[in-house]
Formats: sequence, structure tokens, C-alpha cells
Amino acid sequence: MNANATTNSGIGGSVRRREDSRFLQGRGKYTDDINIAGQTYAVFVRSPHAHARINGIDTAAAAAAEGVAAVFTAEHTKDIGGVPTGWQVHSKDGEPMAEPKHPVLAEGAARHVGDPVAMVIAATRRQARDAAELVTVDYDPQPAAVDMKAALADGAAKVHGDLPGNLCYDWELGDKAAVDEAFAGAAHVTKLDLVNNRLIPNAVEPRCAIGDYDSVSGEHTLYTTSQNPHVIRLLMGAFVLSIPEHKLRVVAPDVGGGFGSKIFHYAEEALVTWAAAQIKKPVKWTAERSESFMSDAHGRDHVTHAELALDANGKFLALRCSTLANMGAYLSTFAPCIPTYLHGTLLAGQYATPAIYCEVKAVFTNTVPVDAYRGAGRPEATFILERIVDQAAAETGVDPAELRRRNMIQPEQFPYQTPVALQYDTGNYEATLDQALKAADYAGFEARRKQSAAAGKLRGVGLSCYIEACGIAPSNVVGSLGARAGLYEAATVRVNPTGSVVVFTGSHAHGQGHETTFAQVVSDMLGIDYDAVEIVHGDTAKVPFGMGTYGSRSIAVGGAAIAKAVDKIIAKGKKIAAHLLEAGEGDIVFENGAFKVAGTDREKSFGDIALTAYVPHQYPLESLEPGLEETAFYDPANFTYPAGTYVCEVEVDPDTGQVTVASFHASDDFGNLINPMIVEGQVHGGLAQGIGQALLENCVYDAEGQLLSGSYMDYCMPRADDLPSFQVDTTVTACTHNPLGVKGCGEAGAIGAPPALINAVVNALNGGGHSIAHLDMPATPQKVWAAMQSN
Amino acid sequence: MDIGGEHQIPAAREAVWRALNDADILRRAIPGCEALEKISATEFNARITAKIGPVKARFKARIQLEDLDPPSSYTLTGEGQGGVAGFAKGAAKVRLVDQGEGASVLKYEAEMRVGGKIAQVGSRLVRGAARKTAAGFFANFVAILGESA
Repeated sequence: MNANATTNSGIGGSVRRREDSRFLQGRGKYTDDINIAGQTYAVFVRSPHAHARINGIDTAAAAAAEGVAAVFTAEHTKDIGGVPTGWQVHSKDGEPMAEPKHPVLAEGAARHVGDPVAMVIAATRRQARDAAELVTVDYDPQPAAVDMKAALADGAAKVHGDLPGNLCYDWELGDKAAVDEAFAGAAHVTKLDLVNNRLIPNAVEPRCAIGDYDSVSGEHTLYTTSQNPHVIRLLMGAFVLSIPEHKLRVVAPDVGGGFGSKIFHYAEEALVTWAAAQIKKPVKWTAERSESFMSDAHGRDHVTHAELALDANGKFLALRCSTLANMGAYLSTFAPCIPTYLHGTLLAGQYATPAIYCEVKAVFTNTVPVDAYRGAGRPEATFILERIVDQAAAETGVDPAELRRRNMIQPEQFPYQTPVALQYDTGNYEATLDQALKAADYAGFEARRKQSAAAGKLRGVGLSCYIEACGIAPSNVVGSLGARAGLYEAATVRVNPTGSVVVFTGSHAHGQGHETTFAQVVSDMLGIDYDAVEIVHGDTAKVPFGMGTYGSRSIAVGGAAIAKAVDKIIAKGKKIAAHLLEAGEGDIVFENGAFKVAGTDREKSFGDIALTAYVPHQYPLESLEPGLEETAFYDPANFTYPAGTYVCEVEVDPDTGQVTVASFHASDDFGNLINPMIVEGQVHGGLAQGIGQALLENCVYDAEGQLLSGSYMDYCMPRADDLPSFQVDTTVTACTHNPLGVKGCGEAGAIGAPPALINAVVNALNGGGHSIAHLDMPATPQKVWAAMQSN
Repeated sequence: MDIGGEHQIPAAREAVWRALNDADILRRAIPGCEALEKISATEFNARITAKIGPVKARFKARIQLEDLDPPSSYTLTGEGQGGVAGFAKGAAKVRLVDQGEGASVLKYEAEMRVGGKIAQVGSRLVRGAARKTAAGFFANFVAILGESA
């Protein structure tokens, strides 16, 4: 994959990541590395109860403690706006979702363990922690709604007393009548109940926020661990604190991993910004790890019943799914759209299933809010589909690869309109399947199974043919579906007088390597040295605008915006060149970093044009502005649709139930690749998280809403020795509607891996004489062993 | 979470019963107890520092005695607020059986619930911590009774 590693620093070259120089030396600059003169420290008092009325809060002792600058409760913050939700979903009956207020500090009731109740600010972190111990909250514990089914039952404890119940919305997608009709005529129906286990994101860097206020200029600055500083500025400025954009700067410097959990606007960000203006001192808050467990938005947490109808030849006729999706206690920024428009719409997968119906009930519970986590809705859809297809193959006696192949959308069917709203622009699913099966030696599995059996192990193979939808767009469509923002991206390309280039991008890097990848794009397009291109991101005072990084949108939307801005630079350069070369603008071509008069040897270098733009002595000033700087906003015509086939082999120890990943092969179609090495790294990371979900990770609440898996003693993250050496390759069908032909690769591994793992484990057990239709994740040794004992 | 057990106590049942209602003896016997104040015949306020796994917290607790059947049994219920560490609450059924010859057996069954950070990072350690606390209590209790005998 890294054939071009040494020579090509343009598009397609595996350039080493320039940001790694500072990261590997421990010289990154993260939010917690920022210290402002005179800064104070905030500590939050959080509810130990899943649900409690707050009768009163005694802050007198804390306020009188050494070094304490202020103690704030809802009494002080009740006039601040609630934390807003960026997406409104409508129910089947047309009614908008229930949208309870999400106060920045609990008002009258705490609704999950970890709900912030008071904010203590002191001169040192230790003083703030000591004073927080002195805050006495008079809680009146209430029954908690924890299990989703129980929360929807009559008489269940209500998370929000002012709502009729715990239902947020009851949404549907697809043609129910057509699906029912197809099921009525089906030769075979496969049914499956599945749980998509709740996950805790666990970015290496905990969340951190620093508020600063200049009382002379009236300017507020928030430094925060965010994937999208402009979105935070918009949400916090407009909806929570009523600060206009020109008086609010949001900076997200180096961020140590997000995986979705740092998309959202959190109350702590608003509180430090607000408090800094109240006490006229900078206020810093850094989450402790145990605070992250109970305050970062969690991921997944779906319970689904699915049914697949097939004809006698194994062709899929229809799919129907009914899902309960956990929202937690409050609606996080993008929570409502995850189980709906990022989940129901993906249920066609790679297959030409003619009729699909999906209904989703979103449920409030007394747990931490649930929102996007690497994949966000798409892993849940893929898990349903790729598990039920495997189960259908087992029930009908067809090889799982063959059953998938029979149903795949064919290359000539693109653009392909699915029955669940999306239109896939391009793909070649069978080619990727073939490549993966060959590379993984699928045909030779039986021999390996026998080898493992001889060593006393049960070996299984599992496939997953996922589809992903990246770069959610276009704005007018998402707006009609309930998004309260646009989903374009912005970029400014500034060419300096001596020809070096600074790119200001609205995308935000928190591990993705944008500083390298984006520089490759610009260097390639302008024919200039890669080292002459600098990428700036993460500061609303520098970058014109941005919607940030999530949903694998950075290259497809952010990169495309940069390409559009570069196009404008080239167009203006042609005008300048035409003047200098005394030729018609239409005769100028731009090739290999030079503006040429077509068909002649007359040319001007890119550097000449840049200098001329800033020293416009010979310049068409009457018709052209000096300078060489262009901004582009790019709003994509469609999502991009990466797809791939993953083949996983596992060995199960029949004595202990321990699952070992014996091999993992990933063939992905990400469209054109800018930096294959970085893409491979993204796939590795996604696979690690997908395998973590499938085998290890599980967020557990007890019946009273206490978070039991609240530390690394009880929440098991994947480690290097849990993972095999991944085999990764790619196929390419270029995206048809963005200028780079790229699709996005950030979430694929986390989307495609879990069903491949579980399919392999089920295959191993059934191959070993057991009869098991399904195992819920994570497939821990205890669960696998128990399954083997009972079946 | 349930724990229980029984302990031989080398003192007559009535003496043990009196000690179990004596704030000063209880304060000295309960591991980590900094203060124990008798509010009424059946109510105590206590301040106890407890360590469960990595979480060390000072609890303000209110303890009530119910179902009193002197000198043979009572039910002790308590609720402690540990500030940022969370809370603990529980109930213990305590029975005293007279063995004669100045000896008795104390039997107890307790259930306990924790919340907040204690549950988050220490829930699987709570039973062990509770056992250790109970063992410490009885060792101290027997020693104190021995002093006064």
C-alpha cells in the first residue's frame, strides 16, 4: 500500500505525518497546556444519584473556604439558556420530538449520575477540590428510569416531570405497506433480536475548557477540546450565553482524540466562559478521568428486533427493523439524528433489497446523554444488517459470501436509489468482496479450521460487507430533515508574496493528520513544494468559518472546500499571467506549477504570479484586485459512500470461552486516496475500536442508574495484544460529485468490524457443534463460555 | 450487596446490648469514626472516614435504630453522604443470642448500596471493604468490652 512512500508528496503519496514530530516529542499544545495569568480553577459538584429532587444546596462553607473565588448553582445560572440540540426529529404523527430543557447546572432535579449541580472556583485546583467537598446538597432521591423498555411502560419513573413520559420521538422511514406485502409472500423469514452495546468514548485527552474575558473590549475567549470550534461558538454564543460572534472567540488547539465525543457543546464550556466574565478572571476546568466516564456523551445503546424476508433463491425481498434508542437524560447536540437519519437510512447496506421499513423510538433514561461515537448510527445499522444476513445464510444453508453476492447492487445500477432515502453515487461492491475473499484466502478456511481443531480450538470465519455514508449533506436536504445548521465547509487559501501558502480550514484535526493530507492536496494542485504549505485550523479568530470534523467529512467536504479555493487561486493567477504574458486569459493553462501560454514556451512560475499579485506594478489594476487569497464554501451535492468487505477469523478456546482474533482482512473502497499511509492508520484505529466494541467494551448501569463500568477496572479498552496484525487494502471507485473523488475513511473500521467479529464467533461455535443464533456484544469469555454450556 | 456473619463475644448479652447502644463505645469501635452523637434513644449522627478502593471519603451519616427488641435484636439503618464521593446507605439486622456463662453470639445480616463515584470506581470493592470494616468493628468492640470487664 505504501509503494509511493519515498517520492510522492502530492496526492497519493504516503507522506509521513508532519504533526507527529510534535506529538511524539510530547510537544503538542493541548487545552490543558494553556495557562493564562491569573487563571482560577473550576471543579464541578456532580450528582451521585441517577434521579433526585434537589431541595437545597448549602454553599456557605465552600464559599468561605480558602482561595475560593465563587460558588455557582442553578440559582445563579437559571437565566442562562439551556444547552441546545442541533437536530429536530419528527415522529410518525408529524409531532416534533420532546425537547426538555438541558440546564447548564441542574435546576431542581438531577437526572443522571454525573449531572453537574454546582461549580466551585478557587485560586488553585486543590482549593477548588477541597471546597467542592464542602458543598452540601439536600437530595431527595427519586425512582430512576434506566432500562429502555421499562422506561416506556405505563407508570414508569419519568426523567422529566414536565413531559408526558420518557418517549422523545417515535420515528419511521420506508414503505411499511410494501414491506408487509413482501413478507407475506416470502419463502423464508429470518428474525433476530440484537443489542448494540453502550460505549464510553474514552479519548486519551479528557475534556478541558478555559474561559477568558477581557472586560475592556468585552471579548470572551473559550479554549476547549472540540472537534468544531465554530459550531461551539454558534451554539454557545447564540443559544446559551447570548454573546455575538464578534465578541466570542473559540480556540480548539491540539486535541487528543475525539471519536465524536468532542463534537458536542457541553455545559462546562458555557459555564467557564460565563464564570470568567462574572469573576473577571480566567477559569479553567480539566476533567478527571472518572468525570469523563460520567459526563462525556456515550455512544450506541440500541435494542433492535429485525426481520429479513427472502425468496426461494435467496434474494432479499424486504427488511424491517424496530429499534429502541437511548437518548440518556438530556438531548446532546446531535443525539436525535443518530438513530434516525444516520441509522435508518443505512439499512439497505450494499444490497438491492427493494423494500425496507424502520421505526425508532428514542427514549429518555436517567443516564448520561448518548450521541455520536465513531460511526454514529451506521455501526448500529451495519450490525443489524450483517448479522441478520449471516443468520439468513445459516438458516437457508447458503454460504454467507454467496448470499451477500446474490444480493449486491451491481456497478451498472449506480446511481442507485435505496428505499431508505439515500442515493448511492458509485461503488463496486462485488469487486471489493472478491478482493477481500482472495486476500483472506476464504476458500482455504476449512483447512485452517481443521488445524485449529487439532490444537483444541474452535475456529470461525465472519464476513461483513458494510456501507458508510460520509460527509452528511447537502445543507438544504439535511435542513428539511431537521438539522438546525448547514453542513458545508469553508476554507481560505492565502498565497504569501513569496509563494508560500497558508490554508485556513474549518475542518479540525484531532488525530487525523490534516496538516499533512491537506498540504499534499494544495501542494499537488499548485505544483509547489509540500513544505511551502501550512495548514491552520481550530481558531475562530483565524479561520473564516467551519462546521468541523465528524462523520468522516474532513477530506470529502473540508478537503473539497480547500480544492475549490485553490481553483479560485488558479483562476486569478491565470488572469495575472495573461496580463504579464500579453495573452488572452483563455490561452493560459496551469501545469506543474507554471502558468503557460498554451502551445508556446512562454510561462510564468507560480512564485512570479504570487509576487506580482502583491507588487502589482505590472498588473491589470483596473479590472483585478491585488493580492492572492481566496475563500470557498463547499456544500456537497450528496453524502459519499465508502464501502468494503471485512473478513475476520477467530479462535475460541472451548474451555474458557476466550476469543482470539486470528486474522483480520479489510478491503475498503474510499475513492481516491490522498495519503495511503494515513488512510491505513485510520482503518487500523477504526478496527481497534470495532473489535473493542465486539469483544471487550461495555457500559453498564445498575437497575438504580449507578454507573458500574465507571473506570478502567470495569470498562475494558482494547490493547495492542488484543488485536491481530491487520491486513488492509483498497479498491477505488472515485466519488462522482466532489472535486477530489474522495469518500472518507475515519469510521469504516468501527462500522464494519463488529459484525465480522460476532459472525466469526457464532461461526466458530456452530462449527464446533453448538447451536447458537446470536451473541450480544461484547463476546466476553464469560458470555461465550455460558453460550457453549447452554447450547 | 449483602454481607452477614456471626461473632462470638465474651460478654453477657445484656452487657453487649448496652454497649451496642452506647455512643462512646460505638464511636471507638467503628473503624474511621471521628464523631458519633446520640440524638435520641434511637438516633445517632456520625462522621466517618471510609476508604473503598481508590476513593476515600468522609461521610456524614445518620443512623437509626428500629424494631428494637432489647436485649435480643434491632435493625440499624444508616445513610451517609460522602460529598463528591457519593453516598452509601444500608441496613443491618442484628441479633444477640445468649450463650450463658457470660458469653453471647452476635449475628448480623446487612445490605448496602452505594452511589456516585464510589459506585463508579469501587462497586466491586464495596463488599470487601464492608467485610473489612465489619471485621474491624468486631475486633474493636470485643477489645473495648474486655477493657470494661
